[in-house]
Order: sequence, then structure tokens, then C-alpha cells
Amino acid sequence: MKGWALWWLVGVAVLVVLELTLRGVVGPYNYQILGLIGINIILAVSLNLINGYTGQFSIGHAGFYAVGAYTCAAVVVYGGEAIRGALPFFPALAQDAVLLFLGLGAAAVVTAVAGLAVGIPSLRLRGDYLAIVTLGFGEIIRVVVLNVDSIGGARGFAGIPQLANFFWIYLFVLVTIVVIHNLVHSGFGRAFVSIRDDEIAAEAMGVDTTRYKILSFVISSMFAGIAGGLFGHFTMYLHPNSFTFLASFYVIIMIVVGGLGSIEGAILGAILVTAGLEVLRGLGPFRLVTFAALLVLVMIYRPRGILGSWTLFGRKSGAKARPR
Amino acid sequence: METFLQQVVNGISQGSAYALIALGYTMVYGVLRLINFAHADVYMIGAFSGYYLANSSLVQTTLGTSVFAAVVVMVGAMAICACVGMLIERFAYRPGRSPAPHVLPFWLGILGAGFGYQAEGGAIPIFFGSSVGAMVGFFLERVVGIRPERRYSSLKVLIVAIGVSLFLENGGQIVFGADPKFFPQIIPTRPVQIGGLSVDSQRIVVLGVAILLMVLLNLVVNYTKTGKAMRAVSFNIDAARLMGINTDRIIAFTFALGSALAGAGGILVSLMYPRIDPLMGIMPGLKAFVAAVLGGIGSITGAMLGGLIIGLAEVMAVGYGQSTYRDAIAFVILVLILLVKPTGIMGKGMVDKV
Amino acid sequence: MTAILGVRGVTRKFGGLVAVKQLDMQIEPNALYGLIGPNGAGKTTVFNLLTGVYRPDEGAIELEGRRIDGLKPSRIARLGMSRTFQNIRLFASMTVLENVKLAGHLSRNHGLADVIFRTPRFSRDEHEIERAARELLEIFKLDTKEDELAINLPYGSQRRLEIARALATKPKVLLLDEPAAGMNPLESRELVQLIRSIRDRFGLTVLLVEHNMKVVMEVCERIQVIDYGETIALGTPREIQDSPKVIEAYLGGA
Repeated sequence: MKGWALWWLVGVAVLVVLELTLRGVVGPYNYQILGLIGINIILAVSLNLINGYTGQFSIGHAGFYAVGAYTCAAVVVYGGEAIRGALPFFPALAQDAVLLFLGLGAAAVVTAVAGLAVGIPSLRLRGDYLAIVTLGFGEIIRVVVLNVDSIGGARGFAGIPQLANFFWIYLFVLVTIVVIHNLVHSGFGRAFVSIRDDEIAAEAMGVDTTRYKILSFVISSMFAGIAGGLFGHFTMYLHPNSFTFLASFYVIIMIVVGGLGSIEGAILGAILVTAGLEVLRGLGPFRLVTFAALLVLVMIYRPRGILGSWTLFGRKSGAKARPR
Repeated sequence: METFLQQVVNGISQGSAYALIALGYTMVYGVLRLINFAHADVYMIGAFSGYYLANSSLVQTTLGTSVFAAVVVMVGAMAICACVGMLIERFAYRPGRSPAPHVLPFWLGILGAGFGYQAEGGAIPIFFGSSVGAMVGFFLERVVGIRPERRYSSLKVLIVAIGVSLFLENGGQIVFGADPKFFPQIIPTRPVQIGGLSVDSQRIVVLGVAILLMVLLNLVVNYTKTGKAMRAVSFNIDAARLMGINTDRIIAFTFALGSALAGAGGILVSLMYPRIDPLMGIMPGLKAFVAAVLGGIGSITGAMLGGLIIGLAEVMAVGYGQSTYRDAIAFVILVLILLVKPTGIMGKGMVDKV
Repeated sequence: MTAILGVRGVTRKFGGLVAVKQLDMQIEPNALYGLIGPNGAGKTTVFNLLTGVYRPDEGAIELEGRRIDGLKPSRIARLGMSRTFQNIRLFASMTVLENVKLAGHLSRNHGLADVIFRTPRFSRDEHEIERAARELLEIFKLDTKEDELAINLPYGSQRRLEIARALATKPKVLLLDEPAAGMNPLESRELVQLIRSIRDRFGLTVLLVEHNMKVVMEVCERIQVIDYGETIALGTPREIQDSPKVIEAYLGGA
């Protein structure tokens, strides 16, 4: 059997074992946290593609997270019966899986379209202006969702079946990491980084920067949409308040703290920030104050993130030059 | 027709509040190319400073409701905000740009005080906690030798700004309590007849004060030496430094000015909408930011114009259209302006040199 | 012979300043063509017009008979015109090898799906791109440094790398923007040899903007002199050296 197929089989097997035993070992509360960490990893690694590798400063990720979450939930809640009806001979578990896949598929497609709609006009802008316009779009999406009653609006979207669990979440974590890793270590990845390093030189070398920026943006948003779909079916409830610009900022904080421009950094950042916020929960209302102060200090003293330039597979793209 | 004019008046007074906040954003961006996300929270601190000042026994007993009381509250709040603004600049933004000692002791001292506050024992644990924090900070800075990284990156300062904003919002929730409070009506509200229209006296005062402050700002920026220095720094900070301008001081001054105006904005808005809470700055802050961008970020007249337009647009939308989409109006305007003319109404474009 | 790169009546203004005025230029295939002029004459603007960074206000630019004015720089690069930059623009976070490999993406035979699923087609293509890149580095004597970060190279090597990178796009016309800037006499001599040899080896046409007169006179077979955006002389190196108009432009009064 081919090398990679074996690895995937082992991975899936490990996840199945974990799914069956984890809740008993660490308790339902920590199980929930681990699930959220997985979702945040997908968010961070995907945002890292556009912010870290392509160097385009987008702070509207929560918008795509929301689009994916609500699309997936809507497909499952409103189309669930019809879909289950079409597969009567399938065992319940398999029906759930199909339902989840269809929901996530819809989420991915709709979010990709949203990514195109936002990306095409926005990516003409540079730097601060791009950041602001993506922030604006993210907020517009949130307010629109707030006003659509069929997906809950201001009351929130309740009654979402729990189709996502540790297994599904981490399966998609693996998929996300592999896809983005393969993308980055290829000609496409070199093109992305060239845009970050020097857009004018990249154009001169034949890289159609607009096309690649949009591609990076769309792929990035698509995975955010998948994360959203998983989120909805894991927490079984959605409310626009989970998708404010603060949520976008949290993801940015994750990738910067871990080390911008590296997949390992994004993963580490997601784990640290999510777990850190949980650990600090013991401090009560003081939690966010401490978090904020620590964030400021990390940024002042070690802005390159915790991993800095280190990476698992050799030198990271984005490593700073030795002083001459 | 009457209601329309009524709405216009409302829109203008709302807009002038946004304008005051927007001025702070635009001035700081002008000198530092930094979007100071924490600015919105200085606005909130202004409102709360005004609240505590107005409710303090000093003001209540000696001055009651009078013009003098209002002036004291206003000036006091503005002064407090100016100080807060300068502290933020000194201990959050400056370390990445210029030598800024004592950053660690400052932050750890505050955290220590917070821990002390949590311990609940009055002033002593607070004092103890902040001393411990400050000492640890000094130790790390002097003995261990941890230094801030002096490399400018707009992403880095953005995150620092977000951090400070979160810090102020949540700190405010702890210190002021998360429940909303009600701002005392130190300026009486009475309907006043102006040419057939019945206008609230409060709104007239708000508008008047806002205009006065903007005129004063204009005077300072355009007719004083410091103002000239500010404009020089916003054109080219390196050249300004080489001309002998103490850029650190000018930047601190800019923050003080902008924050004072935000504080004034906080008081004026709290007079019109008395419900205040520690998170009150978020939405107005975003909208004021949009106003600054709309007018052309870096341009002072632009910020004033932008604020007015946003205020009017919002009031019109609520009055004549969909009120649930109210918050989205500002963002739709933002997106449109960025896609059509990113440099805003008054802005000038900046060209890449190849 | 028909020109491989033609400029007809091109004008470009910046606000009130006319940087390039009704400029004509005809470069023949395989030429070593020089564009010189005093500071501020408009040379870099011409480069930027040719490579699509700026759009001409008037006039036409043709590459191999095809209109390219108004096209995006990446399109022009893919049509066969490549350039280096006055203040070296290497990709700072990439290695020497990666900088050159980037161009390989232009002629790739695989798509997004191949990348994600790591198909054999992808592996083959990647190997080919890498092999071609290494070959190029060897010619430029940069092969020993292939894993170094591009910006850690000494200045002269960085210049060579930029040229190598530009060649990786397999151009028909190569534009060199002050390649001898900052070089000592030895490096400049090597540069002259290098430019001649790559023209011969790759069958390129080379357009050179340069201030170093020695390099210009030794490399170029034909030279066009501009000042204030207009042509003031055109001819062989000898003719240009003897031209009184050129001498006046360089030494002349206000």
C-alpha cells in the first residue's frame, strides 16, 4: 500500500480510538475544549494562508466562519428529513455522516462564493485599507445574519443536531493541514510568498498577483466555512454574537502569537490561545484583562511570535535575515 | 417637513459626536500611521469620568446643576482622558518606536494591582500587588535585560492596539462594574422653539460645545507652533526629527488632544443617551472610525465631514428605513468608500515608487 | 529587420510633469541596446512603461509585433519580456534556489488538484523546475549558495541572482535596470562578460539602462540617449561619445 494511504489509515484509526475513549478519560468539559481547539486550528491555519503566506491583511475571517456555520446548519436542519428519507437503508451513523458531508460541502461552496464576492473588489487595496474593508464586510455579514429570521436572527439558531464530534473535527483538522501544507510547498506557495515579499517583483516575474491573491483568499475562506459548519454541529447552537470582529481578532492573535507565516505556528497559536483562555477562566472577570495585558506584552517584546523563525521541516519562509 | 428637520438636527448632533471621536483617530493616524483601536475605549473612560465627577460629592454639593458644574465635569473628564491617552502612547505604542523604559514594571504593576483587587481586602492588597508586579517588572527589565523589539510592523501595532482596547474594556467592567449606569442630567433638557421647530435644548448645547471644540482644535493645529509641528510629523516623521522637532513629545501631545476630544465626545453622547456601560465605546468607535476613513484618514476637516455624514445617514436610515440594519449602514458606507475612493473625501493618494 | 521591441510616440505625464515625451525606440532582435541619459531623464519611467507598471498616456508599445501597452506586468512577463530592478528586489524570505524556481511556475504542466493530491505529474514537474533552476544557478556561479537566504548574499551576488531570476522566465527580451550600480571595477568587467555571454547563449535581446559609461560603451552595440523624456541622440558607442549634444546634456547648464 502506498505510503500516504497507510498514514491516513493510521490517522483515522487513532482518531476513532480517541473519539471512543476521550470523553471518559478527560471528562465532557475538557472534551468540549479539545473540540473547540480543533476548530480554532482550522481557522488559524486557513487564515495563515492569506495573512501569513500571501501577506494580505484580512481581518474579516469571522464573516466566512459565520457564512459556513449558518449554511451548514440550515442545510442540515431544513434538508435533513428529506436527505435521511432518501437513504432509508443506511444505518443512522452513516446517515449522520452523509448529512454532515452534504452540509459541509454546501458550506464550503457558499463560503467560497462569498470569498470571491468579497475578495475580488477588496484585494485591489493594500495594507491598512484592505484590513479595514475586510473588517467592514465581516460586520455586514454579521448584521445580515442578525436580521434573517429563518436562521434564528437575534434569538440564535437552536436545535442543530450534534453531527460533529472530536473525530470529525480532527479529521478535518488533518485534511486542512495536509491541503495547506501541500499548497504551500509548491509553485503556488512560492507564488503566494513572492506576493508577500515583493508584489511588484512578483508581477515582473509573471505572477498574476490578483489571481493568486484571490485564490489564496477563497481557499482560506472556504476552510473557515468548514470550521463554521463543524462549530455549529458541535455546539448545537449559533448566535451572531459569536461572529463579531472580536472573533476575527482572536484568530489573528492566534497566528501572530504562534508565529506568522508557518503552519506549526498557527497550530501552536490556536492551542495556546484557546487553552490559555480556558486556564485563565479561573480568574473570573480578570481573565480577559490578563489575556489582554499578556497579548500587549508579547507583541511588544516578542512580536515574531513564540516560535519565531523555527519550523519543523527546515527553515521557515519568513525567517528574518542575519544582520549584515 | 418638521420631522425631517428634526431628524436633520438629530443627525447633526449625533454626527458631531462621531466627529469628535473621529478626530482622534485621524490625528493619530496622521502622525503615526496607526489605527488606534483603543481610542473608542478612551471615549468610554470619558463618559465614566464624567459620571463619577458629576456624582461626586464635590460637584453635587457645591455646584449642583449649573453651567459651572457642567464645565467642571467636562474639563475634568477631558483632562483625565488626555492623561490616559498619553499613558497608552507611552506604554503601548512607543516601545516599538523609541526608547521607552519601565514598560514591564508599568504593566505588571497594573496586573498586580488587579490581583490585589481580586483578593478583596481594600487598598492594602492592591498596593501590595502592584508593588510586587512593578518589582518583578523592574527585575526583568534591569537584571534579566528583556528589551522591546524596536522594529516597526503595522500588524504588530494593530495587535497591541487591540490588546489595549480589550484591556480597557474588561478592566472597565471590573472597576466600574458591568451593569449600565445612568449619566446625570447636568444640562437640563427643555424644548426650545426655533423658527417653528421644537428642538431639545440639550442637543443645542451638545452641538454648540462640539463646534466650539472643533474650532479650538483648528486654531491649535493651524495657528500654533505645536500644531505646525504636528503637521510636519504627519508629513514625514524622519524629516521632522531632523528639523529638530521632538517627535516623541509631539506624538504624546497628539494623543492627548485626540483623547481629550474623545472624552468630550463621551460626555456629550452620554448627555443625549444617558445609559453608559464599559462596552459602550465599541460601536460608536467603529462608526467614528468609518467617519475618519470616509473623510480621508489623516485629514482633520475630513473627520469632521465624515462624522456629520455618518450621523445624518444613520438617523435618516432609522427614521425612514430599516432600523434593524442601522449598525450596518456605517459599514456599507465604509465598504463603498474604500472600493470607490479609498483615500476618502479629502484625502490625497500615496504613490508607490518603483 | 523588424524590431522585436518597438516604442512609437509614447508619452507619459505625472501631474504637470512630462516624464516621457513622444518617445520612439526600435530594438532589433539579439541587440545589445543601451538607454542612457542624465539623472531624471526618464529612463526608469521608460522601463516601467515597457514592463507595464505604467500605462502610456499616448503612443504604442509592441513586443514581437503585438501591442503590449496597457497590459498587466505579469502578462507582459509571460509574453517574453523580463526585467531586473534598480534597487534589487529579491524575495527576501526565499532562498536563492526558490527565487529562481518561482519562474518555473509560469511554464508548469500541473494544476491545483495535482498540488493538493501530490500526483506523479506534480512530482515530475517539480523536479523539472528544480533541475532547470539549478542549471541556471550553475551558469551564474550561484549553485553553491542555493540554500542561502537571498538577502544574505553579498551585493554583487544579489545582482547576479536577480539576472538569473529574470532569465528563469525564459524571456526573449531582457531589461536590465542599472545592473552595475554599486559594483567595483572588477565586478563591472565580469558583468560586461556576463551580459555578452547570456545574449549569445540564450539568443536574447538586451536593453540596458546604466550610468556606468564604461559598462555601457563596452556592452552596447547601439545606444539611445534621452534627456527630459526626449531622444537627443541615437547611434553606436563611438557616435554617442563624439556627439556634442550628449556631452552638453551631461555637463550642460541649467
